[in-house]
Amino acid sequence: MSSQANPPLWLLAELTYRCPLHCVYCSNPVDYTAYGEELATEEWVRVLREGRQLGATQLGFSGGEPLVRDDLEVLVAEARTLGYYSNLITSGIGLNERRIAAFKEGGLDHIQVSFQDSTREMNDFLSSTRTFDLKRRIAKLVKQYDYPMVLNVVLHRLNIDHVGQILELAAELEAEYVELANTQYYGWAFLNRDLLLPSQEQLERAEEVTNRFRERVGNRMKIYFVVPDYYENRPKACMNGWGSVFLNLTADGLALPCHEARMLPGLEFPSVREHDLRWIWHDSPAFNRYRGDEWMKEPCRSCPEKAKDYGGCRCQAYLLTGDAALADPVCDKSPHHALITRAVERARQAGAGVETKPVLFYRDDENSRRLSRKSEKAPIA
Amino acid sequence: MSEDSVFELARHYRFQWEQAQQAYVLLYPEGMVKLGTSAGEILKRVDGASPVSAIVADLERAFPGADLRRDVTEFLAHASVKGWIRVKPG
Ligand code: SF4
Ligand code: SF4
Repeated sequence: MSSQANPPLWLLAELTYRCPLHCVYCSNPVDYTAYGEELATEEWVRVLREGRQLGATQLGFSGGEPLVRDDLEVLVAEARTLGYYSNLITSGIGLNERRIAAFKEGGLDHIQVSFQDSTREMNDFLSSTRTFDLKRRIAKLVKQYDYPMVLNVVLHRLNIDHVGQILELAAELEAEYVELANTQYYGWAFLNRDLLLPSQEQLERAEEVTNRFRERVGNRMKIYFVVPDYYENRPKACMNGWGSVFLNLTADGLALPCHEARMLPGLEFPSVREHDLRWIWHDSPAFNRYRGDEWMKEPCRSCPEKAKDYGGCRCQAYLLTGDAALADPVCDKSPHHALITRAVERARQAGAGVETKPVLFYRDDENSRRLSRKSEKAPIA
Repeated sequence: MSEDSVFELARHYRFQWEQAQQAYVLLYPEGMVKLGTSAGEILKRVDGASPVSAIVADLERAFPGADLRRDVTEFLAHASVKGWIRVKPG
């Protein structure tokens, strides 16, 4: 059955899972080393064309680190010719003048630089002159080529107390937009959750510091502060609904309704190597699986708020409860909400100095291979 | 705003015809505005060179018989408030 769904507006192209960094909060799939070959340039070009024909206007290039692909210049230029508004989401590592000049020339519209602190290099991140120089160089290039300086910093328990320093750094780099986004607990971040979730107290302090900073800099810098949804009692309207506006393309050519959906069991995600995007979006069983509200169970099914949050995130429901069709446990109407409050309580104790066992899983190939061998599809909560 | 004001698109906004929507749209980071017919016709003429008077005259040539001055100035004011366009400095 072909869906009556509106076209996707947003295409996110995860060009590669290769990345020079090892962030403990990385949202890439933990078993990324088990995946097939990356799409070739011509395959990406074809998929981008199909996306435009379908009606998509926004295109994000991400990864891994998209700069690892040496055909990024070609894809950027193709995106512009097709009429996409394109955004490069990068750690900045690998950016140099030759490349940014080619992106500008090719018509790249926007760059978002994420300052990763991979924790291994935490001190580096905050203080080392070497990385700071690198960041300054990237910021300078971005400005020189007339892109707005958009900074993204992922927050978690181990760095959230440094929010003041992070903002000072942003100001020094003359950032125009700063997104302080708390970690979302999927992928590597979920594995590391009990070490990454900040306590309520830490959050409040960080928000206070942020507000004071906002007053000081005024309009010069726009600062967004995103709290972790574990501290909410209603879930986020994940992706604005399954198969509603967002289409994620993985490095090896799978089409997903969100970056995390690959882990959901019992769904066969279509590959762009075998199907065109129109069929994938409108007709594939995977994209229709959680469209609309037919699939919902109680309490969502009869809930007046279901048109607002679509029952929250399917992946979070699955990760925590083992059933992707249940309410997102962030919702306090969910019978599983205690899974959230317990994690929050553990974070409070850790914040109060009760020692937890510090085992962080760094996102690297070795850990990924280990985790894929376990082919751990069972929820770990 | 005066007759001689010259408007241009705000930085990092893009205006284009969208085949799939059969409409003019404005694109910006992570967003899009779909424009109605008259808004589209006006914005199409906001080129960073033509003063308001020229935009009005051109529209009146394209759509004869209508007095469009007010529509145009109202829309330009609205679009400035929204941050889609700005008066070109100098
Ligand atoms: S979150 Fe870190 S490790 Fe993951 S892709 Fe981004 S930069 Fe690489
Ligand atoms: S019960 Fe379901 S639909 Fe209602 S607010 Fe909670 S998550 Fe949303």
